[in-house]
Amino acid sequence: MKKTLIFGAMAAAGLAAGAVSAGTMDDVKARGTLKCGSNEGLAGFAAPDANGVWNGFDVSLCRAIAAAVLGDPQAVEFVPLTSQTRFTALAAGEVDVLIRNSTWTYSRDTDLKLDFKGVNYYDGQGFMVQKSLGVSSAKELDGATVCIQTGTTTELNLADFFRVNNISYEPVPVATNAEGQQQYLAGACDVYTTDISGLAATRATFENPGDHVILPEVVSKEPLGPVVRHGDNEWGDIVGWTLNLLIAAEELGITSANVAELAAAPTANPEVNRILGTEGELGAMMGLDKDWAVRVISAVGNYGEVFERNIGEATPVGLARGLNAQWTNGGLLYAPPFR
Amino acid sequence: MAAMSAPPREAFRLSQLLYDARYRSLTIQVIASILIMLLLVELVNNTVTNLAALGKDISFGFLWTTAGYDINQQIIPFTSQDTHARAALVGILNTLVVAVLGCILATIIGVLVGVLRLSKNWLVSRLMGVYVEAMRNTPLLIWILIVFAVMTEATPQPREFREGGSASMILWDSVAISNRGVYIPRPVWGEGSGLVVAVFLLSVIGIFFLRAYARRRQEATGDQLPVLWMSLGLFFLPALLAFFALGRPIGLELPELGGFNFTGGIQVRNSFIALWLALSLYTSAFIAENVRGGILAISKGQTEASFALGLRPNRTMQLVILPQALRVIIPPLISQYLNLTKNSSLAIAVGYMDVRSTLGGITINQTGRELEGMLLLGIFYLITSLIISSFMNLYNSNVKLKER
Amino acid sequence: MSETHAQTVGFVRGQMLPPAPPPVGQSGPIRWIRENLVSNWFNAILTVVSLFVIWWLLSSILPWTLNGIWNAGSLAECREIRDARGLESAACWAVINERWLQMLFGFYPIDARLLATLFYSEQLAAAGGVEAIFGAGADSTARIEFVAQMRADLGNTIVFFFGYWRPLLALALLVVAVAPVLYGNLPRKMLWFSLVYLFVAFFLLWGGSVWLPILTAAGFAASFFLARAVSALSGALLGLLAGILFFLLFFFDPLGLVGLDLGLFPVLPHLRAVLDAAVPLGLSFIPSDDFGGFMLAIIIGTSGIVLSLPLGIALALGRQSDMFIINKSSIIFIEVIRGVPLIVWLFTASLLLNYFLPPGTTFDLLLRVIIMVTLFASAYLAEVIRGGLAALPKGQYEAADSLGLDYWKAMRLIILPQALKISIPGIVNTFIGLFKDTTLVVFIGLRDPLGLTNAIRATGEWNGIYWELYIFVGLLFFIFCFFMSRYSLYLERKLQTDRR
Repeated sequence: MKKTLIFGAMAAAGLAAGAVSAGTMDDVKARGTLKCGSNEGLAGFAAPDANGVWNGFDVSLCRAIAAAVLGDPQAVEFVPLTSQTRFTALAAGEVDVLIRNSTWTYSRDTDLKLDFKGVNYYDGQGFMVQKSLGVSSAKELDGATVCIQTGTTTELNLADFFRVNNISYEPVPVATNAEGQQQYLAGACDVYTTDISGLAATRATFENPGDHVILPEVVSKEPLGPVVRHGDNEWGDIVGWTLNLLIAAEELGITSANVAELAAAPTANPEVNRILGTEGELGAMMGLDKDWAVRVISAVGNYGEVFERNIGEATPVGLARGLNAQWTNGGLLYAPPFR
Repeated sequence: MAAMSAPPREAFRLSQLLYDARYRSLTIQVIASILIMLLLVELVNNTVTNLAALGKDISFGFLWTTAGYDINQQIIPFTSQDTHARAALVGILNTLVVAVLGCILATIIGVLVGVLRLSKNWLVSRLMGVYVEAMRNTPLLIWILIVFAVMTEATPQPREFREGGSASMILWDSVAISNRGVYIPRPVWGEGSGLVVAVFLLSVIGIFFLRAYARRRQEATGDQLPVLWMSLGLFFLPALLAFFALGRPIGLELPELGGFNFTGGIQVRNSFIALWLALSLYTSAFIAENVRGGILAISKGQTEASFALGLRPNRTMQLVILPQALRVIIPPLISQYLNLTKNSSLAIAVGYMDVRSTLGGITINQTGRELEGMLLLGIFYLITSLIISSFMNLYNSNVKLKER
Repeated sequence: MSETHAQTVGFVRGQMLPPAPPPVGQSGPIRWIRENLVSNWFNAILTVVSLFVIWWLLSSILPWTLNGIWNAGSLAECREIRDARGLESAACWAVINERWLQMLFGFYPIDARLLATLFYSEQLAAAGGVEAIFGAGADSTARIEFVAQMRADLGNTIVFFFGYWRPLLALALLVVAVAPVLYGNLPRKMLWFSLVYLFVAFFLLWGGSVWLPILTAAGFAASFFLARAVSALSGALLGLLAGILFFLLFFFDPLGLVGLDLGLFPVLPHLRAVLDAAVPLGLSFIPSDDFGGFMLAIIIGTSGIVLSLPLGIALALGRQSDMFIINKSSIIFIEVIRGVPLIVWLFTASLLLNYFLPPGTTFDLLLRVIIMVTLFASAYLAEVIRGGLAALPKGQYEAADSLGLDYWKAMRLIILPQALKISIPGIVNTFIGLFKDTTLVVFIGLRDPLGLTNAIRATGEWNGIYWELYIFVGLLFFIFCFFMSRYSLYLERKLQTDRR
């Protein structure tokens, strides 16, 4: 009531987003676009091209969710969030889902009242140094100057790592990845530390990538995943199971190329049939129609396709699957059964 | 004479609250205060409700928990195991350091540029004009980024200082300018150094007495003492004598290249230098305009009058122009100091760990206490600003022209 | 006679000689140099130092700038071209060439439909007509590909003029709207257009239904005229109350506060629904998240100053008032706002403002920033206007009093018009400061020009490029601010002569 008193006109203007109702899904459908909290720019994960179209690994997950809920992978508004403002923006309802290289930690999941709905990239914090320094282990970095992005978990991990190993270091805090890269390349710091995927993406853009090595130590676990507000379980289900769908689709061999064919008629594999809606009513259980999976896969492809297209070995970022391979290939990706 | 009849006693009517000038201001104030109260109550109420809905509370307990992060520039010792409160204090000190040094440098550059801009030399005054316009019309943030980028790109890396590298230390191998910062020697206080310092301080006090004496003497007899030379002698000689007599108790620890970085000496970090320089350069352009305006505000007749009295140009400047110009220059100068202090919060752009980066940045981010953190941050800046502006008010009331 | 004369005087000049030029050293460039550059040894040293500085600056910047590479697809390509040309250093202006539209407008969508119909009709027909590409049910991926192809074919200049006609028109109208404020010679009636402009600009920039801005403007106008009409009939107090009541009922739902829900108030959405159904007119709605670039800086700066004017005037009057509470609360507000840096206020807007609003309301970030910047600017404007009020001769106040004008009439008719006029240079300076400060919004994730440099660097092609982007952004700001400050100087000079 009070709300209408004060903000009636504003809400009518569409500038005030109105109530953050319990049903994010209804909001998204009413709005017709998905508001996806994204990185301001990280090569391979989220970056705009000259026409303002966003591309990247995280961006694809946003598009997948939009395809599932709205039927249009382009119906996404990307809201750039800094590492400082991201969680507040999500909690305040400025974005529907946060897909911005955010590490799943205990305190974020509990104290900050957020829900992590799975892991789309298993990462870990690493160190990059110039080859000419002749360093082969992070434990040899005593007295080194370390560039680090401020406002992230890497800051705490770094302090812990050096304290535990009883070696000294000098932190050089930087605001963005681009700035860290500039400092590192100019030699203002000996070491650049961030998630290994970020290091690889950064190294890929150097003039001479071969002059730099990523040290073997991985000092932390950084499971990165999509985040939603605590308490909206229906919406959380959609985000979580869209991610699971991408992973399961790869495992089951559903690709953007063959999805139409597979969905045309029931196949021999009952799980594929359930996913693609030719058998059962799995979509309806989440409040979606039964073609949702077909739309998602035909829009962005399966996890493997998304990976290879944006950050895989054929791209400039050049990441190997590593931990992010299917469990059948020795990785950690393990989608719960669609049943 | 007929006795004046008492004026008719008016009964108080309600409409007087609105139409009678005696009561109206009261009515307006009551209504205004009620409205302000309502607004405040509404704000607090909303905040409490919203926090409750998020399951948060207002508590400053986070200040006493372990910070967990490291700060590179620390004026007081700090490790990652210290509390958030101490981290905030480190940040506050860093803010104050860059603000104070920035004000000093900005004043020096600003006065220089302001005076040179009035120079009769066409080239110099144009050059200074370009400098002032370029600084004033481009956002400070861009200057900070540009200065930082110049510092990083144009200075050599520490490894260039190794044998066979292209860079070398300056000033007899005591100062190294690298893209991680400038390394300068650190004084080592040996036994007896206290005595040297005491002698030095005494001679500084002595200089003041000397000047007072010289002035009295001049007023009494008209003779002038060579005050400048005597002061200089007093400044250096006793301390130097004591220094050598006690067997050079104060040593210097020179920076040396070891491991990844220089060790020893004092490291003045690049982030600090970039912020300091950019703030000073930017503010100096505004100060230069103030100085120029102040000097131009003094009418030419003053100069001519003092020449007519036989004063030499530098005495004219010192005794006639400056005292009057300062009255015009100093109030805006202090408000520039205020701006500089507030602008130092842009430290975030270069990763200088000021109070906004520690308390208002990492601490808020790691604890999720944005309300409390921003409140403390706001209070710190507010108090700093009030202190600076109270100095200005003090000065203003001291030099105010006594109007006739 | 003449003969004798001829003998005694050998020659008499019949005509004046043309004046001889002054000696070489006393005229022309040499004299100028002597007087202006080397009048004494100190000046000579200064000149030499300045010349050295200029030479040093130019020699380090010019080759890099002029050798710049304008056509390349990525930084790597730039480096290849540079090496192929055998240059030591060369700017890679190609990034500006490719992305300047983005730096100006952020991700503000282009009017692709208009562009396609105007310049790309053949390809549009080949693709199946307007509706097949831009219609409601069209395939969005195909549309994006079509638009990308079209932009590549048409080039940035055409896209600039026709794709972004909405912000450009809004900017052009802005110039018209501020003209009567800044130039006193124009007819006062044009001020009405300045008021209307607020709604026009909102409609052009954000789009949506045309009825919303029209109805909002109509609501304001109706409350105002109702108040005037009623006060003419039955007294000022009733008139004011009637105006306020109408305003509340039109825009808000005051009855909701006491629990009455008639479903009738606020009136505005109902009217809007009716009108939208009857005459659906409007532009496509563009959410604030798409705003960015230099346009964002102009929007935040301009709306901050314009919207803060009423509040700034009120605060300035409040600070001059001798009513204790009004005076003290104005002072507290002004000092608190001015005592804390803008960046802290921006973080407050981004992190905290939602806490202060009634539960369940969220604004989008741009609006929150505009609100915060408005409050911020109002404190600074209040000080500027206070200066203007203080600069008025006391006689003006006394004259107004002796005419028997009450406070508001005196302010409205005599004091404020003069005080505001002499405050305009100060207001323009505040605007310049605010405009420069809009770069700080990058820290809370808005895509201002500096924020876009980060986004551009995040793409694989342009990773590692700094100077070109910073210089471009810096130049944009410099040009804008420089002309504004020149203008404010001109105003100051004009106002000074007026008073003497």
